[in-house]
Amino acid sequence: MATFNLSINGKSHTVDADSDTPLLWALRDHLEMVGTKYGCGIGQCGACTVHVDGNATRSCLLPISSLEGKEITTIEGLSLDGSHPVQQAWKEVDVPQCGYCQAGQIMTASAFLETNPKPTEEEIKAAMNGNICRCSAYNRIQKAVAIASEKIG
Amino acid sequence: MATQETSNFSRRGFLKASSLASGGMLIGFNLFTACKPKAEMPIDISKLNFADFNAFIKIAENGMVTIFSPNPEIGQGVKTSMPMIIAEELNVSWKNVIVEQGVLDTNNYTRQVAGGSQSIRFGWEPLRQTGATARQMLINAAAARWGVDASDCVAKDGVITNGKGEILGYGDVVTEAASLEIPENVELKDPKNFTIIGTGAKNVDIDGIIMGKPLFGLDYKVEGMVYASVLRPPAFGQTLESFDASDTKEIPGVIDVITIGEKARKLLNSENPGWSVKLCNSDKVVVIANSTWAAMKGKKAIKAVWKIDTPLEDSASHDTELLHLLDGNKFRTMRSDGNIKKAFARADKVLERTYESPFLPHNCMEPMNFFANVSEDKVKLVGPIQTPEALATAVSILLDRKLDDVSVEMTRMGGGFGRRLYGDFAIEVAEIADAIRKPVKMVSSREDDMTTGVYRPAIKYRLKASIKDGEVTGYQLKEAAVNGNMYGLIPNFFPAAAIENYQVDVASLKSNITTGAWRAPYTNFLSYAEQSFLDELAEVLEKDPVQMRLDLLQKVKGTKDDRIQYSPERLEGVINLVVEKSGYRTPKKGVYQGFCSYYCHNTHVAEVADVVMENNQPVVKKVTVAVDCGIVVNPLGAINQIEGGVVDGVGHAMYGDFNFKDGMPDSNNYGSYRLVRMNEAPKVDTYFVENNLSPTGLGEPTLPPAGAAVSIAIHKATGNRIYKQPFIKNMEPKEVVG
Repeated sequence: MATFNLSINGKSHTVDADSDTPLLWALRDHLEMVGTKYGCGIGQCGACTVHVDGNATRSCLLPISSLEGKEITTIEGLSLDGSHPVQQAWKEVDVPQCGYCQAGQIMTASAFLETNPKPTEEEIKAAMNGNICRCSAYNRIQKAVAIASEKIG
Repeated sequence: MATQETSNFSRRGFLKASSLASGGMLIGFNLFTACKPKAEMPIDISKLNFADFNAFIKIAENGMVTIFSPNPEIGQGVKTSMPMIIAEELNVSWKNVIVEQGVLDTNNYTRQVAGGSQSIRFGWEPLRQTGATARQMLINAAAARWGVDASDCVAKDGVITNGKGEILGYGDVVTEAASLEIPENVELKDPKNFTIIGTGAKNVDIDGIIMGKPLFGLDYKVEGMVYASVLRPPAFGQTLESFDASDTKEIPGVIDVITIGEKARKLLNSENPGWSVKLCNSDKVVVIANSTWAAMKGKKAIKAVWKIDTPLEDSASHDTELLHLLDGNKFRTMRSDGNIKKAFARADKVLERTYESPFLPHNCMEPMNFFANVSEDKVKLVGPIQTPEALATAVSILLDRKLDDVSVEMTRMGGGFGRRLYGDFAIEVAEIADAIRKPVKMVSSREDDMTTGVYRPAIKYRLKASIKDGEVTGYQLKEAAVNGNMYGLIPNFFPAAAIENYQVDVASLKSNITTGAWRAPYTNFLSYAEQSFLDELAEVLEKDPVQMRLDLLQKVKGTKDDRIQYSPERLEGVINLVVEKSGYRTPKKGVYQGFCSYYCHNTHVAEVADVVMENNQPVVKKVTVAVDCGIVVNPLGAINQIEGGVVDGVGHAMYGDFNFKDGMPDSNNYGSYRLVRMNEAPKVDTYFVENNLSPTGLGEPTLPPAGAAVSIAIHKATGNRIYKQPFIKNMEPKEVVG
């Protein structure tokens, strides 16, 4: 066991855990932030997506020992009240069915729109292709990303 | 009203009202007793108390209405749509309604289940009656206070007015209303006056979902809780011989390593094992740790030795044996009309085709997990489960407790698709909690979830039709399936009654691989087989495939056969609508359209898939869907279900592939198992047939036709028929034809 200092959602947190503990499980089991979801553990489904220094990153493959000095944003920190344009677009379109993958989808979409605020349909599809939605709400996810892009304007 | 015949209930029997100590009124109702045909309350009605009810409406003195929705929410939207039905008849405005997940009552209910697309169908009438009865009680209370006749009063948006223009809010009269007799024969609203039903209401959990709030089983946590990871046999047919956990115990965070299985075997051998038959009979090694990660790591470090208990099976031998069954004569006949043998003997031509499917895992995004805490006098279970009452019963037998001492709390579920009908994982955690006597949550890894699951069984269908003088005279459907066969009503789906000589025969192959319901059980694959066959049959007959369906339906109209499940008029309605909306009669160059229509789960659907060729590969661009599900309660939620069902259907038909070798699955995670992703998801255009018929479910019915529509479109594009799923492995795109 060792102690790691992580900067998450603008606050400093101390985690006492094994150095190979993935950020995903540190968030969920040690820091009470359960919005980031476990889906596959091998970086294939995107349910665990967070931002590390602004980039959409799979937290299930990211040992906490590699994160000191990095700025981490989770779904809980994307906005305090659900007011981020991507969250608002998600609500407007009523995207979720079971809802489990949605935090990861929203984190991928928000990082993507930071780098490409006016994407084409094809660019949206390519950017979101790494996130699986088992309920297959893909039509609405795509639409919500497009609406979020308009909101960011 | 016709629907009352199927939900024969008395309001006195399923409703009870009471005033609340905190002010306000509580109306309890036993929805699922009410839904059961010829319902009988289990005990004397006069002795009912609120523990006998599984759903409630609370009306506070400030007029706010809280509806405790009873049914498990797996993403199908009933937590939103069922309360909408109550609110409609109650005449309150939807913005003043708060929806909460109802607490589980393991007593006296019969259908607190998510499955079979039945929640809305069964709930429709009782939910309306409940809302309308509450509304009438509030009106009666206001009328009594004013000293006017109740018929002079009107309720709207939570406010009651009388002929003199006086006004009282619901909150003003709740205390009096709670003490009134429950009225009989209340009037239901005319559907044309609906103001909530038919409007798009957003998912009631939307804010929690987009902000990452703890809603799911995996998010559940209590003080002092430990985590468990379970090592199960890697192959079906194996049991544990011995294990060495010395490396595991060195891992920081690991608390203990135990074995379970003895109690589960006792349950398996009990008189009423219920769903628990999906449990594996082996001992299992359980790692208890202070975090999920430590538990999972600890499990990987166990060195286990497995022995063979029953033969390890292969998909290749299943294929051989299932085909052997189709060739043989060990069938059970589920429906037989006319004389199929004569029809084939007299035929000018016979068309026979065989369709094959692999096993499929459910792959809920939230892996199986459950919480349990066992003490001397109580067993508390919390988590995602589609069948809470079956779980409570199984655990009461498992731990030899009284049913009343076992409580089950449902969380939101990260997908169900049939997997969470079976509580094997929750039974395991109950056995773990009983052994360690600490609050504990079992979390499956994706690999555990995919390789120790309950699967859609591998199935093969053989279809055979006889043609005489340019008409179909006989039709035979043979099914060979692993562990069981199509159930009750399916043999009475289209084209039953449309063809004079008709027979459905089934045979089953017993396997030690656990199989079970998977979104739209049996029809999820049967639809593809039958609809592809009908399309090929139309080609042989040189008939238009749409017209051939319409001609067959014409023969069913006015049928006296009360086994027939579908309505020819309603199927005709969706067929005409999809043909119009998809542009099927005016095809665009380079777009190949596949048409099919299907009835299952009480809903009539027709779909047209648009396929184009890109880099010599067929790509599904769009699916147009026409649906007749009666009144659409929540169009926003309904369209989401329809789109999801179609894309899920396309995805699994194209890519779903899961096979066994020496009892072990050939995929264990999304690196090797392909699920449909956004790039492959077609656009879905949805159209509803508008009518005022009672609503039917939408969680399943749009999935089965999707694979069929795609295979038919691919045939048009490439000239090749596909007889096997997944399509990606079994299609041979050639030069574009057509």
